[in-house]
Amino acid sequence: MNQYETVFILTPVLSDEQMKEAVKKYEDHLIKNGAEIVHREDWGLRKLVYPIQKKSTGFYHLFEYTNDGQIIADLELQLKRDERVLRFITVKLDKHAIAYNEKKRKAKKDEAKKDKEAKTN
Amino acid sequence: MAQPNSDIKYLTPIAVDTKKKKYCRFKKSRIKYIDYKDPNFLLKFVNEQGKLLPRRITGVSTKYQKKVAQAVKRARHLALMPYVADLLK
Repeated sequence: MNQYETVFILTPVLSDEQMKEAVKKYEDHLIKNGAEIVHREDWGLRKLVYPIQKKSTGFYHLFEYTNDGQIIADLELQLKRDERVLRFITVKLDKHAIAYNEKKRKAKKDEAKKDKEAKTN
Repeated sequence: MAQPNSDIKYLTPIAVDTKKKKYCRFKKSRIKYIDYKDPNFLLKFVNEQGKLLPRRITGVSTKYQKKVAQAVKRARHLALMPYVADLLK
């Protein structure tokens, strides 16, 4: 089992619902094919550094999942055929990357916790 | 009578500013993974035009320079960093 990470950019022309539906589609696809989602992230609408297909913004999404690698080709083919997807990248994570991601998530969690505590106090 | 200037000898060595020893920042701070999703950090390894800086300037060891290059290229693909730019810094 390997751990992978896929980031993709959706077009900004989608409505909020359409965007969520597109993300859901890929999430379902991953789960259906036996991938276990470790983490998911929504970066929201972000400005692109350079225009892609004449769009200057895009919805960034990230999935981190474990799988034996069978699923990747199929997932990438679907992303490629999907007109809503501007760009995507899939990266295999080594042990350092996994450690880094976990550390980052933990730091974020702690920060959120602190914020919450600060608010309640 | 050949070039009298070249015969000048100094009593004390001329003060050429001794350069600081370069070091690999990843080895020093024990960073093992370079995140391609963090463009602000990767900005340190490119010049104003968004081109990768050579190792002789950044001082990064070969092992990590490769990873830096890979990360910058991934960031470019995802439109987090520019392929070409002007006055990036």
